Amino acid sequence: MSLFLTQLMNGIGNGAIYASLALALVLIYRTTGILNFAQGEMALYSTYLFWYFTDRGLPVIVAILLTVVLSFIGGAVIERVVIRPVEKSSPLVLVIVTIGMFLALNSIVQVQFGSDIKTNLPRAYPRHVWRPGDVQISTDTLVLVGVLILECLVLYLLFQHTKLGLAFRAVSSNPESSRLAGVPAGRMLMLGWALAAALGALAGCLIIPTLGLQASSMQSILVFSFAAAALGGFDSPVGAVVGGLIVGVAQSLTTQYIKSLSDIVLVVPFALILIVLMVRPQGLFGSRRVERV
Amino acid sequence: MTSRRQLQMIGLAASIVALVVLSVIPHLTSATDTQRWAQALYIGMAAMGLNILTGYNGQVSIGHGAFFGLGAYTTALLMHQHGWQFLPTLLVSAPLCFVVGVLIGFPALRVKGLYLALVTLGLAVLFPDLTKHYVHVTGGTNLVALNRTELEPPQWVPTWLSAIGRDDQWAYYVTFALTVVLVIATYLMVRSRFGRALIAVRDHEAAAETVGINAARIKVLAFGLSALYAGLAGSCSVLVDHLANADKVQTFQLSIKFLVAVVIGGAATVIGPLIGAGIVVGLQWFISEVLPRHLGSIGILKRTLGNPAASPAIFGILLILFVFVMPDGIVGGLRRFWARLMSGRSGAPPPTPAPLTT
Amino acid sequence: MSALLAVSELRAGYGAVRVLHGVDFSVDEGEVVVVLGANGAGKTTTLRAICGMIDGQGRVELAGRQILGRKPEQNAAAGIAHVPQGRGTIVDLNVVENLRIGAYTRGDKEVDADIERWLSVFPRLGERRDQQAGSMSGGEQQMLAIARAMMARPKLVLLDEPSLGLAPIVTQMLFRTLGDLNREQGVSMLIVEQNANLALGIATRGYVLETGTIVTSGSAAELAGNDEVRRAYLGI
Repeated sequence: MSLFLTQLMNGIGNGAIYASLALALVLIYRTTGILNFAQGEMALYSTYLFWYFTDRGLPVIVAILLTVVLSFIGGAVIERVVIRPVEKSSPLVLVIVTIGMFLALNSIVQVQFGSDIKTNLPRAYPRHVWRPGDVQISTDTLVLVGVLILECLVLYLLFQHTKLGLAFRAVSSNPESSRLAGVPAGRMLMLGWALAAALGALAGCLIIPTLGLQASSMQSILVFSFAAAALGGFDSPVGAVVGGLIVGVAQSLTTQYIKSLSDIVLVVPFALILIVLMVRPQGLFGSRRVERV
Repeated sequence: MTSRRQLQMIGLAASIVALVVLSVIPHLTSATDTQRWAQALYIGMAAMGLNILTGYNGQVSIGHGAFFGLGAYTTALLMHQHGWQFLPTLLVSAPLCFVVGVLIGFPALRVKGLYLALVTLGLAVLFPDLTKHYVHVTGGTNLVALNRTELEPPQWVPTWLSAIGRDDQWAYYVTFALTVVLVIATYLMVRSRFGRALIAVRDHEAAAETVGINAARIKVLAFGLSALYAGLAGSCSVLVDHLANADKVQTFQLSIKFLVAVVIGGAATVIGPLIGAGIVVGLQWFISEVLPRHLGSIGILKRTLGNPAASPAIFGILLILFVFVMPDGIVGGLRRFWARLMSGRSGAPPPTPAPLTT
Repeated sequence: MSALLAVSELRAGYGAVRVLHGVDFSVDEGEVVVVLGANGAGKTTTLRAICGMIDGQGRVELAGRQILGRKPEQNAAAGIAHVPQGRGTIVDLNVVENLRIGAYTRGDKEVDADIERWLSVFPRLGERRDQQAGSMSGGEQQMLAIARAMMARPKLVLLDEPSLGLAPIVTQMLFRTLGDLNREQGVSMLIVEQNANLALGIATRGYVLETGTIVTSGSAAELAGNDEVRRAYLGI
């Protein structure tokens, strides 16, 4: 039983990471209607920045803050320069652009920072494993879940209780009418991407010290995050969080209890994505869009 | 002669020239270069197949590297383990890939647009894992390598077509012949009722159904056909590259290459994907081999652009820029350019669809 | 009295298709001006060009200043409120939020008071203040769109076929409300309509737009009495 609970806790910890990245995916989907296949690589670049800063001697917290701020700006720039010109294009073009970004970011990271695996990443908090009654809970899990809760709180306050958040929601729903009311729609789109980039950066900085940093670090995380967003509903932030936790727990429990799946572990999220999209395409919490004929 | 007819004549002339040139390539270039041309051809084959699904039928897939890999493994294992000759393996790999494609096409019916792209990504990622896990002969990796004897052309092949000891020529000509066959098949298909149905379903599925088109059947068939093309391409790759290797990186990159070839060349055109494939392969060769050599002197450029890890970045950035400038690909761009030339002469603006509201 | 809105030689279109071929009209302060036209005449194009949603050539002056070429957000800040065709409510926001967005360009402290005021002018909206705009009927959404436009305290309201898709009784109430807004609050309006019975009833002046040019103009009474206009647009 304690093993089960331990795995459950691990799963929740991982789930918090998937939830953070899924939140970023949802933000981008809500504002620009795009599935951003490059989300993981954006977070990867941010994490490499974090490594770079700590490698140069900056204290960890400062490095994280600096990385998040730079990523925020970077996300806005990407929206304006790369995405804005193709916003209204076909799915084919959109896939190509995000995949182009994926390739570019992945290789820029290797050129700029080297292809070796970085292992000397400092932790923002000490590693410790609590053992309440035979169940193991690591500080990783607590911090990741705590940060996730904090992110949700900040986003909630921003979107529901500020003028900026209202303007953002208006643009997400109806950019044309929002512009007619005077809302600078373009800037709201940039904000969406900026927030998504910042979320991804924070997630990367927190999880990478445990995993080790290399060019492929974010790829399987992205797959799980997509599964989380699909499960929760691509237009639902609540769904992203719930989906992330479910996916994290599912992954943790299946790798523990179904040994034969352990080296094809990606089957789990993809099967999840397929089933959700076939059976209930709007996910658990998303809204059903009626298709007009 | 109408401008459309003129364009068609020019296209035909260009095709004939290309045909002639391509048929003598192996005798003009080294073995390595011949191999590269053959690679461009088989990527073109797979891209043409993907184009049927994505360009003409609007279903975006970033997983066709899996079908390619399936064809490659089928051929490689039959040749390596069971001593088959190359051509008979096609009789197995083609139908197999078609059937698997059709099977995948069914669940794909329920998933649309970008979501479908996401799901097909699963194909590209899971295929290598599944084969590594369940196909024991690969010995835990994804590689099946063929030796010289297995790759030799059969006895009935005349020597002028493939000199002894130059099995790259045999590989090239087989690939070339198959490519020509597929081009003709695609051309006929696109102009048939099936081709029109593909486009109708892409543009307005509900309307297509009202005129009696079974959209589900069309979409599933499109999947099967595209998989068949990719599988044949994969089989050819075994001859050309002397191995079958569908690991995760390869499969994903191939899937992307096919899609890029379609977009660059021109979606929903017959020849576009081939041109796109040529550009993709040529560009990669240029970026990874020509560019570093000539940048040697300029320090910072050498460190960034000359770094072998940089080629995907250059590729990715160029790709994005290309899509900004020419979203309908080279063939599409040429057509638009031609239309503008023509309208310049006659003075009338090219017809554009009128807006729905005033 | 100088015109609030003066449009001269306006040309606009979509890509290679030109829709407006040189349109002239004006709206004075306090007026309700109606532009009649059939489908394809260019009515929506006119409003879009004025508020900046599409490009145009010519002159569009708001209170004497050229605004052609500016973006919709800028024109909204300058005092133009556009109620687009199909109402354009922001469906995922509730009634109050829609109204609040209408006041986006304002920086004063009376926004909340205005929201309450418009909710009482339109009691149906007041009853549904927390309801999502997307779940309301066409007539209610039209009321919401108008109230949202008014929240900006605009100098000029542009309305694109407000009666489209609404039942006759609802349309009657709609135009009564618009007439009241004009008379009591002095709101200047430019209304484009196909079906003109009620619109001419509250209008000061009108124009007729056919295939991109103005072919007739006059006071509302003149237009209502014009035989051709009656046949084409009043269904008589």
